[in-house]
Parts: sequence; structure tokens; C-alpha cells
Amino acid sequence: MKHTIRQVFRQSNFLLGFGIFVFLILVVIIYPLLVKYPPLEIIGQGTFFPPGIYASTYDSIHANTKYILNLDEAAAKRISSKLSGDDRVAMKDWLVQYGIPEYEIDILDTAKLLEQWENSYDPSLSFPGMTYARRTYYQRLNTSLQGLLSTEGVTIAAMNPQSNTLEQTGVVNQNDYVNVNEVANVRVLPLGTDNFGRDVLTELVKATSVSLQIGFIAGIVATLIGLTLGLLAGYIGGLVDDIIMFFTNLFTVIPTVVLLILISFSIGQEHRGAFVIAVVIGLTAWYWTTRAVRAQVISLRNRDHVNLSKLSGHSIFHIIFADILPYITSYVVMAFILQISSGILAEASLSILGLGPRTTDVPTLGLMMNWSLIYQAEILGKWWAYLPVIIIIALITFSMNLMNTGLDQVFNPALRD
Amino acid sequence: MTVDREIRRLDLKGYRKYFLNKAMWFAVTFVCAFLLNFILPRLMPGDPVAAIVAHMAQGQSNAAGVQAIYQQYTELFGTNKPMVQQFFIYVKNVFHGDFGFSFSQYPRTVAQVIKSSIVWTLCLQFPAIILGWLIGNTLGALAAYLKKGFDKVLMPISIFVSNFPAFGMAVILLVVFGVSLRWFPTSGGYGYDLIPTFSWKFIWSVIVHYQLPFWSIVLIAIGGQAIGMRSMAIYELNADYVKYSRFMGIKDRKIIGYVFRNAMLPQVTGLALSIGSMVSGALVAEIIFSYPGLGYTILHATMGQDYPLISGTTLIITIMVLVAMFAIDMVYGFIDPRIKAAQSE
Repeated sequence: MKHTIRQVFRQSNFLLGFGIFVFLILVVIIYPLLVKYPPLEIIGQGTFFPPGIYASTYDSIHANTKYILNLDEAAAKRISSKLSGDDRVAMKDWLVQYGIPEYEIDILDTAKLLEQWENSYDPSLSFPGMTYARRTYYQRLNTSLQGLLSTEGVTIAAMNPQSNTLEQTGVVNQNDYVNVNEVANVRVLPLGTDNFGRDVLTELVKATSVSLQIGFIAGIVATLIGLTLGLLAGYIGGLVDDIIMFFTNLFTVIPTVVLLILISFSIGQEHRGAFVIAVVIGLTAWYWTTRAVRAQVISLRNRDHVNLSKLSGHSIFHIIFADILPYITSYVVMAFILQISSGILAEASLSILGLGPRTTDVPTLGLMMNWSLIYQAEILGKWWAYLPVIIIIALITFSMNLMNTGLDQVFNPALRD
Repeated sequence: MTVDREIRRLDLKGYRKYFLNKAMWFAVTFVCAFLLNFILPRLMPGDPVAAIVAHMAQGQSNAAGVQAIYQQYTELFGTNKPMVQQFFIYVKNVFHGDFGFSFSQYPRTVAQVIKSSIVWTLCLQFPAIILGWLIGNTLGALAAYLKKGFDKVLMPISIFVSNFPAFGMAVILLVVFGVSLRWFPTSGGYGYDLIPTFSWKFIWSVIVHYQLPFWSIVLIAIGGQAIGMRSMAIYELNADYVKYSRFMGIKDRKIIGYVFRNAMLPQVTGLALSIGSMVSGALVAEIIFSYPGLGYTILHATMGQDYPLISGTTLIITIMVLVAMFAIDMVYGFIDPRIKAAQSE
């Protein structure tokens, strides 16, 4: 036993898979200890905030110390963040239509371009063939450009409740800086927010944990049923075998997805918790473990040591537990690992079909995928809503399959090089 | 001459026996699937018709109207009758192709909804699965035969692809080729500005929209099949009969023919066994590309709590998969000589 385990842990495929898996488990356990935000808390007002560090504007203005940094490229950076290449081309288009000769316009000369723009732009003008959307785009561009080249600061004013007038409370200069560490409210969102405005990373860690649990429960249910039925069918044989094989064949042929859809739909949205879904997945996946176990048991049934055990008058349970189970443990472990990974995938597919666990208590990887698809994150280019989910699922199934290949190579001499 | 004819007669007899056996087994399975389709939704706690009517009647203040709807549906489903009688009503309706009205797409009937979406699913999934199976097997066989460089490149890719979730592959194809490169449209079965007609413009639009869902299903099918075929072919290449044939001086090309025919057989059964899970992956791919097939219909049915539509679609999918499996088993019976031998004993 000790020797086998040592052999397994020397197998490179198994080690790599096991490493990835342990890493995922550790992240799932440690992250909630460090970051204690509730995973389903809606913090963002709006959909799909991009990943980044969010510092409160209000607190930045009211920070205790202000630092003055004179950086050379500050002005250039400020302008380029407001004025993209597309905007410059669009401005040139407008100016050409307005009547300025094309050779006089240089879109790379920011100062001259802005000057020409300020001199000629008139929001009320509309050229033939210009759509309404295009016109409003120019109006928006114009507002954002206003005062772009000025070097003066911005006045902060507060409403005086007595006189109902604005009173200046401070000035923010262009070279004023604030240290992010001193801003009272900063929230790091490494993966942005999702369509509901929830922190994707925190949600993802929780979802990974729930999905792994679903996989484990589904795997345990499927393996227990599969193992029991396989042992009974293989060892007892006869009528028991015929009945069990009838149902096994039935489940093999009826598409699992159809059963999953029908059962989850029948349970109804309110009763569909993550646990229930896991059990349902397990109840529809046992059949191939049964097949594999039965085939193994049939080949073991007439071995000498089993016959000897029978002659010694041992009970069926003793024979099964002492003389048969030890020989098929490796197969059962491999089947269990595959059941876990296919259980996680089944949950994901079911959720994408709209039949996953109810959405209010816990996130799962499938539900996150479902929501990002419903809100078209993939078409809007909000990669942080779907890509991490796909990567995590791929990592889980990949690590499980690597472990399985590794075990197979240890226990199946025919595959050894 | 007579011996030859005798053998063919026996062959045919054996095959007929095999065919009848399989046909009966599939008939039994179909009956069970049909029963499940009937029973499962009726095990739902509470009155399904009441739940449906409550859902439909949201925002309707006319109590008499709600009562009328309730009564109509009770009649339609026969929920006021005993279970056995309900079953026969259901059987009678289904055999007339009558699944009732779709709740979410009223006044269309379930039969109409399925009729308009099944063509898309059939034309998308089966060609894609078969092509993926063919390419996967060819690649796997080549990897086993050529070994070295080809094998070293192909195998890690296949293992990675086959481990990748089907929907992940679809989303990545969509983002790369649809959103970033803009080579293909991202959703729908044809341009949203077109009306289905037999014009070149419409057909071209269908072809362009077909590409991404098609190749995402093909890619997923390739990975798993290539791995299976490779290990089967390696196993066969090392078998004793290959060494013996070499010893006898039989040409290499002929031996390869034997080897791949033998390695192919488990792959055919493998296709029959995996077609169910492939169809489920393809249904999800349809959702991702908003392809107007059965997968997309199921999503809308679940979102609209459309019970008759779900029941109808799952039954159709079951029939599709059963027919496909039956067809594969029939082909298998033709190409595997052992089956005829076993049956005519």
C-alpha cells in the first residue's frame, strides 16, 4: 500500500495534476480568510466595471496631505487619455467637412488641432448625411475637450445651505497628487465587476468552492451507486445481473442531458439548491461506473483466492470486501476522479441551459457563465466576466484528467513505456 | 457457387437476428424514455397547471379570465383525470404530433416551434459530429503510425482540447473569430435583416453564420476521438497478428489496412456511446452562438417556464439520439464480421 502510494506520487502526470488541484483547493480555502467580503454583495451600480484599483474621488479630494509632483509627461498623458486616435480622425473629418483644407490639418499636432477645433466647431451645425448619433458624438467630444490645454486648476465648491450659493472650498491643481494609501476608501477589483456589479474575483473563488463541492457530492453519489450495483451485478450474476444491466443499459442510451433537464425542471426553481443539483447529477451518472466495476468483478469472480474464500465459508460481504474490493480500488478511484470532473462540467452545462441551482444563495461556475452569456459579456468584450470562469473549469478538468492518466500508468502495466 | 449463396443466406439471417435484437432493445428504451418524459414533470409537488396559470396570469386582474384559462389547461392536459387516463391522452396527443401550445411563444404550438428549430439542429450537429469523428480518427491513426514529431505535437493539443469544456471552446472561437477578427457573425442562424427565402443572399448568410458553431463542435469531437484512436491503433500495431503477418511477408500496406479496420471497430461503438454527450455539448454551443436550434429553444423554454415546450424538445432530442445510435449499431453490424458469426451460430 505504502509502496503503491509512493509510486503514484513519483508519476509526473499525476504530480502535475495533483499540484494544480491542491493549488486550487488552497486558494479556495485561504482567500476567504484574507478577503472577507460577502461573495454575492452587489457593490457596483452598473454592469461590468473593468478590472483595476478603485479609489474614491471624494476621499481623494479631501485627503489630508496633498503632494506636488512635477512630472514631464503629465500633460501629454492627460490629453492622450481624453483624445484617442479615432477621436483625432473624427475631428479631422468634421473640420474637412466644415471647409478647412485637408493639408492644413495635422492630427498628430495636438495643440494646432485643438486650436482649429475650438475656432470652428459649432454644435448646432449639421452636415448632409450626418446621423444624429454622429452629431451627439461630436457634442460629447467637444465637452470632454473643453479646457484640455489650460494649465489652471479646478475649483472645488460647496453649496452654502444658508445663502444657497456656491462657495469655493479649495482648488485642485494639475500637479496635485494623492497617495492611494492615504485615501480612506480604496477597493481593489482585480477582475472588475460582473453584470450585477458584484466583485468577480471574490465571487469566482466562492463559485469554484461550490462547484468543487458539487463535483464531490455528485462523484460520491455516482460512485457509491455505481460501485454497489456493479458489485452486485458482477458477483451475484443471474437475475440480479440481468435487472441491473437492464437499467444500466437504459441509462447509457437515454441521453443524460435529457434526464438532467427533465429532473431539474421538475424540481422547480425554488427547490433547486446547489446540493440538490449535485445529487441529481450523481443520480444520472452512475451507469458507467457500474459497467466498469461489473466487468472487473466478473473477471475476478472465478480467481483462485475468491474460490478459496468461498470454500472456507466466508460470507458474501466478507468476500466482496476482503477479496474483491482491494483489487478494484484503483479503478474505483479513477472512476471517482472522472465523475468529479464530469459532475462539474454537467453543472456548468445545466446552468447555461438555465436549469442550474437557484441564483440567490450561492454562485457556481456554471451560473457565472450563464449570467455573463445572458448579458453578452463575450460580445461586449468584457473578458473578465467569462474568461476566468472558463480557465478555472479547464484547470479543474485538466488536473483531474492528468491525475487519472498518471494513476492509469501506475496501475495498468500495459501502458507503461 | 451454391456454397457462396449459402454463406450469404446465413449472413443475412444472422444480420436479421442482430437487427431485430437491436430494434427491440431500442423500442424498449424509447418506451422507458417516453414514460420518464411523462412521469417526471408530474412528480412535481403541487398542481403544474395552477403554477403555469399563475405564471401566465401575472398582471391580469380579471379573476374570471384566470379561471377560464385554468379550466382550459386542465382540459388540455387532463389533469383532473386519473394518472392512467392522463397517460393515454398524452400518448394519443403525442402520436398526432400534438404537444399543445407553447406558453412562452403563444399562440405558436410546441410542434410549430420544434419544427422550425429542429432543421437547424440536425443540419448543424450531425455533420459536425461525423466530420469531427472522421478527422479525429484519421489524426489519431496517423499519430500512432507516424509517431515522432507528429505524435508529439498532436497529442498534447488533443489532450488539451478534449479537456476543455465545450462551451469554453465555443466562447473562445466566438471572441477570436467573431468579435476580434470580425470574420464571422457572432449570433443567429442568418442575418437578422433577412427573411428566409431561397435567394443567394440568404443562403450565403446561412453559410457564414454556420461556420463558428460548426467548427466549435468539430474541434471538440476531434480531440477525444484522436486520443481514443491513437491508443487503439498503438495496441493493434503491437498485436501478435501484425508480427505474424510481417513474418509471412505480407505487404505493409495491407497490414495497416487490417490494423486500422480492427482499431476502428471500438471507435464506432465509442461514437454510439458518446453521441449523447456530444449532442449535449452541441446544444450548449447553440446557446452561445444564439443558433436558432433546439438548444436555444430549451434555454428560452426554461426562462419562460414553458413546460410543454421542454417536454416536447427533450422527447425529440431523445428520439434523435436513439435513432442515431441505432443507425451506428446497424453500420457496426455490417462492418464487424464477428457479429454475423455470433448471431448465426
